Amino acid sequence: MDARANNAPRPLGLLAELTHRCPLGCPYCSNPLALEARADELDTATWARVFREAAALGALQVHLSGGEPGARRDLVDITQAAHDAGLYTNLITSAVGITPEAFAKLSDAGLDHVQISIQDSEPGSADHIAGYKGAYARKAALAAQVTRLGIPLTVNAVMHRANIDHVEGMVALALKLGAKRVEIAHVQYYGWALKNRARLMPTREQVERAVKAVETLRLRHHGEIVIDAVVPDYYARFPKACVGGWGRRSLNVTPSGRVLPCHAAESIPALTFWNVREHSLADIWDNSPAFMAFRGTGWMQEPCRSCPKREEDFGGCRCQAFALTGDARATDPVCHLSPRHALVAELAEMREDAAYDYRR
Amino acid sequence: MSISPDAKPKLPRGVRLTHNEAQGGWVLLAPERVFKADAIAAEIVKRCTGEATVAEIVDDLAKAFNAPRERIMTDVSAMLGGLVEKRLVEV
Repeated sequence: MDARANNAPRPLGLLAELTHRCPLGCPYCSNPLALEARADELDTATWARVFREAAALGALQVHLSGGEPGARRDLVDITQAAHDAGLYTNLITSAVGITPEAFAKLSDAGLDHVQISIQDSEPGSADHIAGYKGAYARKAALAAQVTRLGIPLTVNAVMHRANIDHVEGMVALALKLGAKRVEIAHVQYYGWALKNRARLMPTREQVERAVKAVETLRLRHHGEIVIDAVVPDYYARFPKACVGGWGRRSLNVTPSGRVLPCHAAESIPALTFWNVREHSLADIWDNSPAFMAFRGTGWMQEPCRSCPKREEDFGGCRCQAFALTGDARATDPVCHLSPRHALVAELAEMREDAAYDYRR
Repeated sequence: MSISPDAKPKLPRGVRLTHNEAQGGWVLLAPERVFKADAIAAEIVKRCTGEATVAEIVDDLAKAFNAPRERIMTDVSAMLGGLVEKRLVEV
């Protein structure tokens, strides 16, 4: 019998931010501006407990992420623990800092899938965006080892003004590296990316070209590689169903054990997050104030409240609503029905060609 | 697609069958994809070890469920054909 108190939905995926440490300095990093320190990171045994609790709660997949997860010396044990808990393990890595020896051990520990981020199709530009000389070559080397071991590989290509014209090159590179899937992931403007927004924002013409390029490439490479892409936020008419709905499908555990409905949720100052050191994951999922805050549709204001799409996009992204309007309960201004929609177009026009503020 | 009775189906690396009580039973996990597996599908996929042939899997299921072999063969062929197309099973 289910002893849990309410009928909260069950999460499918857990994003485990094992550390905020990372050798790269990408100016659109999704980590918060205030990075958590190594001394505060959860230990191996606590992560193992979190994985068991996540599986009992219904989670099927764990995304081992960061920062750079390879910065954790116990990454093999952590991966093994996730595997032993019955979770599908996906390593999200920059590839820098994972040696061939370490990767062989990860493979033996039962790693199911690998996602490698690539900053651009051309090495010089890629290393410049990553803020790390030689990163591109290391990514290619790890990708080769991943596919040699038969592990499915996804290439994650984060797109912005400096590389959005290289969509075709990125897909060609993903194919060359043996990836079965490539994510054309337009920058989302939170944290470091928000700080660098004017330096990263593509033009409307660039976005239109990129959308067309993706359509052509999907036809050309049908059956060879899956190309996932969405229209970037600031050029969309409808908002994304952020994290599939707040507290509905996924949860995120930070390096120090704070549990968030999405990786950017700490940018909303009014929210209170519970920690896995003090609460079980089920208790946090069901009862913590942060998860209750925007679950379902009861919190909505107009125009969301009476919108026929309210159960599809859940009003868009709460963090974006807060970042752009100061009200986390507002309609995501990306939505053309938002009274603040014009602001998004204004912000997209603000572009500046200055040096990046690298994540450090 | 039709599958030879001599083929030895197996799950490729990156595809895994797992049981999760909270999600209501068996699920087949693949990169970025989740498929609920009903009891019959789970029994078939569990036997896709890369060692047993389709014919042997059918024999085993016919015995385990005391069902006519013809009928099982039809079900297994249809299901494996679909799974191979989705790249969830290799033959």
